[in-house]
Amino acid sequence: MSADITPPKTAGDPAAKHLPDGELIRFDRVTKRFGKNTVLDNLCFSARPGKHVTLIGPSGSGKTTILRLLMTLVTPDEGTITIDGENLYPADRRHVREVRKNIGMVFQQFNLFPNMNVLRNITEAPVRVLGLSRDEAEERGRELLDMVGLGDRCAAKPTQLSGGQQQRVAIARALAMRPRILLLDEVTSALDPELVAGVLDVLRDIAHTTDITMLCVTHEMNFARDISDDVLMFDSGKVIESGPPEKIFTDPEQERTREFLSAVL
Amino acid sequence: MKTWDWSAVADFMPRFLDGLLVTLQVLVLGSLLSFTLGLIWAIGFRAPTRFIRWPVHAVTEFIRNTPLLVQLFFFFFVLPEFGVQFSALTTGTIAIGVHYSTYTAQVYRAGIEAVPPGQWEAATALSLPTGRTWTAVILPQAIRRIVPALGNYVISMLKDTPLLAGISVLEMLQQSRLESAATFQYTEPLTVVGVAFILIAYPASLLMRALERRLVR
Repeated sequence: MSADITPPKTAGDPAAKHLPDGELIRFDRVTKRFGKNTVLDNLCFSARPGKHVTLIGPSGSGKTTILRLLMTLVTPDEGTITIDGENLYPADRRHVREVRKNIGMVFQQFNLFPNMNVLRNITEAPVRVLGLSRDEAEERGRELLDMVGLGDRCAAKPTQLSGGQQQRVAIARALAMRPRILLLDEVTSALDPELVAGVLDVLRDIAHTTDITMLCVTHEMNFARDISDDVLMFDSGKVIESGPPEKIFTDPEQERTREFLSAVL
Repeated sequence: MKTWDWSAVADFMPRFLDGLLVTLQVLVLGSLLSFTLGLIWAIGFRAPTRFIRWPVHAVTEFIRNTPLLVQLFFFFFVLPEFGVQFSALTTGTIAIGVHYSTYTAQVYRAGIEAVPPGQWEAATALSLPTGRTWTAVILPQAIRRIVPALGNYVISMLKDTPLLAGISVLEMLQQSRLESAATFQYTEPLTVVGVAFILIAYPASLLMRALERRLVR
């Protein structure tokens, strides 16, 4: 099954130009098993540049596995994944790094480096991977910290921050690599309820002001409705329904989707 | 019954101080060797290919499960037959360092495994090169937790240095035996050596306990 995605809202998106079919992310018959458990079953879907795609569905339905496959944290058993037409799992493993540089990820548990201060968390990869000078990287890092409302916490250690603040640093860290694709893996699930809004506000801001393609696994349905161009409903490793959020959230076609939404909304 | 003779203690002092220096030298160099080699083993445990993992496991298990004294004799008496010959001191230092590296390797392994998988995943997500992931992310977090455990092996190594007397290294115990052989005084030299071990080991173990409280939390 393929997700039918509406044309990009940013007309003339440079990334879309040299792609005849306009697809940035493409899963082609991807299967992933953990032991006997088939988590993704012959999955096909694609996302166009600049689109915000939200994956919903019951836990264990394979949503997070999609993000982890894209981040090369797990490898597919069958099928191909391409980013901008380039195979994410090429025969030459060294090439993975090149393709993967387009992708950033924010994790449920933040995963900041506790041995580095906030600014260093953000500058480490731009310096080591993109080859920025420390000054350039720190300038970029400070701008991003300002954007997420933590411009004054550069020197703090992650453990001195609240969960919400840590997650905003993690978002800044991912953005510092200037990714074309941002993967958001249940980024508010580990947060105290009163800290969720601050993180979602930052993400809304990114969604509305940048042309970064977002793939988002979330249980925050209001947030999903706000930012998504497309919603994919997963069940048992398959996309059972997809469409624009207005359609999925108000008038889903599948009974399974209806059940799921009435349980979480 | 023999009475304690302070002049025998005084007579032993020059030899004792020579021995103390040798013991400390073995301890410092042996520790550095065991820390370095242990880290190499520990990284080898996690090598992507089993052609590295298996030999590393085999070698370290072999060394860890044979007695240090046998290894000392082997290095000192057998290797020269194959043309590999070092001084007793060098042989002893290498043998004790290699032997303890198989223990420190397990300590490093535990420290590395205690770093949450999310740290590796974050490093991958940022495309940090493998070497940089180790040096900037994983090891700083792992080593912080294992400093006390490594320290305890240094203390343990200190207490094993007398085994080097078996290959005639002039460390503290061997010096006391030479002293006894020359003067027929046993009580004073051996007592001095025993007290010296306590005076080094006990404060060191207190230091490790303090470090543990500060670092492992």
